[in-house]
Amino acid sequence: MTKPDADQRWIDEDAGPVVRPYAVTGGRAKAKNYFNVVAILIATRSAPPADVAPEQAKLIMLCQRPLALAECAAHLGLPLGTVRVLLDGLIDRGLVRVNEPHQAANLPDDSVFEALINGLRAL
Amino acid sequence: MDYVHSDREGQMPLPTAVKILVAGGFGVGKTTMVGAVSESKPLQTEEVLTERGIGIDNTSGVEAKSTTTVAMDFGRITVSDDLVLYLFGTPGQDRFWFVWDELSFGALGAVVLADTRRLADCFPSIDYFERRGLPFVVAVNCFDNARRYGLEEVRRALDLDPDVPVMLCDARKRQSSKEVLIGLLEHVMKGRGLTRTPQPVGH
Repeated sequence: MTKPDADQRWIDEDAGPVVRPYAVTGGRAKAKNYFNVVAILIATRSAPPADVAPEQAKLIMLCQRPLALAECAAHLGLPLGTVRVLLDGLIDRGLVRVNEPHQAANLPDDSVFEALINGLRAL
Repeated sequence: MDYVHSDREGQMPLPTAVKILVAGGFGVGKTTMVGAVSESKPLQTEEVLTERGIGIDNTSGVEAKSTTTVAMDFGRITVSDDLVLYLFGTPGQDRFWFVWDELSFGALGAVVLADTRRLADCFPSIDYFERRGLPFVVAVNCFDNARRYGLEEVRRALDLDPDVPVMLCDARKRQSSKEVLIGLLEHVMKGRGLTRTPQPVGH
């Protein structure tokens, strides 16, 4: 991994108005967690503490209702990897709770499949 | 409404998500299908990759590495208070396997959308899911002006295992896209070997 370098160009002009990951993660490029794109997040508090970074505060406000990691990234307009870095700090402080998705192999029976099929039929 | 600064731990049971992928060649209707069944317009999320992560030759030094942004469209179907289904359209084939790995992780299964005018476009998706052991179905998106092929012709042309379901669909239609997803779920359920009897659920 390269050292964080403020002068390094992460995204070229063609990428459009994408926030440079380093700009919102305090220079950290790599998250400690590897949450699934559909891991469900929820804030444990109804308002962010004063000392979190602005993007982390936005994440806490977004997660007042359960949202998937990918939904948070989409609403914040940040890449998934950047949101994972933001999450590290929030998880460490117990400000956000995470629920990883069901894995087919670990399901004890067909009840999730049956619920999904019935749910789709009802659409 | 909420207790300001209070800890909500334990107060709100979190829903659990499941994920299904929608794959296939460029322009085959992946985002169309995601949008047809999702409860709102598909969202887009991005993964930023360095060239080293993309799996193509890069002759330049590490300090000169560039980045690529890979966009993924996805939609949501809230099944109940405790179960949410997410549908992810896979990004362009061939270059972004790193992102495919990330998306496939924890996925229940995949829909491979095929266009009979460009059947070969879905080979990389089929190869990928076969190698990864992720159950999938092939859904032939019936474009208005495309010649209709029989399902058996498509199965032969794609050299599919006999147990892989092949179906026709119209990715623009909610009803049709729903049927494809239900077909996939039934296929995945059957493959788990846990079904009491292979009967469709509900009616």
